[in-house]
Amino acid sequence: MNPLLECNALSKRYGNVTALSDINLTLERGKIVGLLGPNGSGKTTLIKLINGLLVPSKGQLLINGTAPGTETKKVVSYLPDKTYLNNWMKVKDLLNFFEDFYYNFDKKRAYDMLEKLHINPNDSLKTMSKGTKEKVQLILVMSRNADLYVLDEPIGGVDPASRDYILDTIISNYNENSTVLISTHLIADVENVLDEVIFIQNGRINLQSSVDDIRMKEGKSVDAYFREVYKC
Amino acid sequence: MSWELKNDRPIYIQLIEQIHFRIISGEYKSGSKLPSVRDLAAEASVNPNTMQKALSELEHSGLLVTNRTSGRFITEDQSMIQKMKLDLAKEQLENFMEQLKKLGFSDEEVKTFILESVQ
Repeated sequence: MNPLLECNALSKRYGNVTALSDINLTLERGKIVGLLGPNGSGKTTLIKLINGLLVPSKGQLLINGTAPGTETKKVVSYLPDKTYLNNWMKVKDLLNFFEDFYYNFDKKRAYDMLEKLHINPNDSLKTMSKGTKEKVQLILVMSRNADLYVLDEPIGGVDPASRDYILDTIISNYNENSTVLISTHLIADVENVLDEVIFIQNGRINLQSSVDDIRMKEGKSVDAYFREVYKC
Repeated sequence: MSWELKNDRPIYIQLIEQIHFRIISGEYKSGSKLPSVRDLAAEASVNPNTMQKALSELEHSGLLVTNRTSGRFITEDQSMIQKMKLDLAKEQLENFMEQLKKLGFSDEEVKTFILESVQ
């Protein structure tokens, strides 16, 4: 079986600016992976390449052995860093929308999560706070039965209690065939649920390691280690 | 008992310690069935693979016994649990003695403290 995600000498340039440079990366199935790095390190560029929103300048990126396209979009569930949903739509309309779009969308799971987070399906997005909107988007994304979930800053605007619920949701949706890639700055909140972390800086991968290996070797949390490595 | 995880030590080691403690305290009874990996992971808010790793280590040490069809059970070997309890007590005692020595107390003084606090 092909690895879930494979990058070979992957580079991306925007004009003269190099955003990613010669990335070699393999993600296995059944993992929860943190993509960590300071602002402007290339996290979102990598995520956009995975989702076919950008094309590599050099090298290749394969999902289940295929370049990003229609086939890979069926199995990749993506939470972008900016919303693309229409503000006037009600939550229940969005669920229907997703059900039409994605054959692997599990509407029942979405309704369960909405209930747990006390979100009314009849509310429209424009009446919601920033954090509630984020929750709705995350519910939509996590309710698909995908192979790869790619979450770009999923919990930034969400209150700590809901953050815990969302992380629990990620753990309980976990299965050995799918992998979750989370880009975030809130390392302390997520590190207990991560299998491994990828440190990225200036468009290069500094480190790919398990959380417990970092704690064992460095005697500190990933959060503390990150602060040390990227000290300004 | 809730799961308390410190952030400077490997998570799976802390999970092992806490499961030890639960067995000794009787929260997980000898011979009873352990919850599934998934449930335990959700309860402790940790990655299922990490919980799996902790349970594998516990199986390796014999404290957990796996029955292929019906799940994981706490050992019925009371002497093993008793030994673990004693080991843990010794460890606590050593830490305690070390701390008091650092504070400059002699063994005699420590003895008096202990006798006083027991009464």
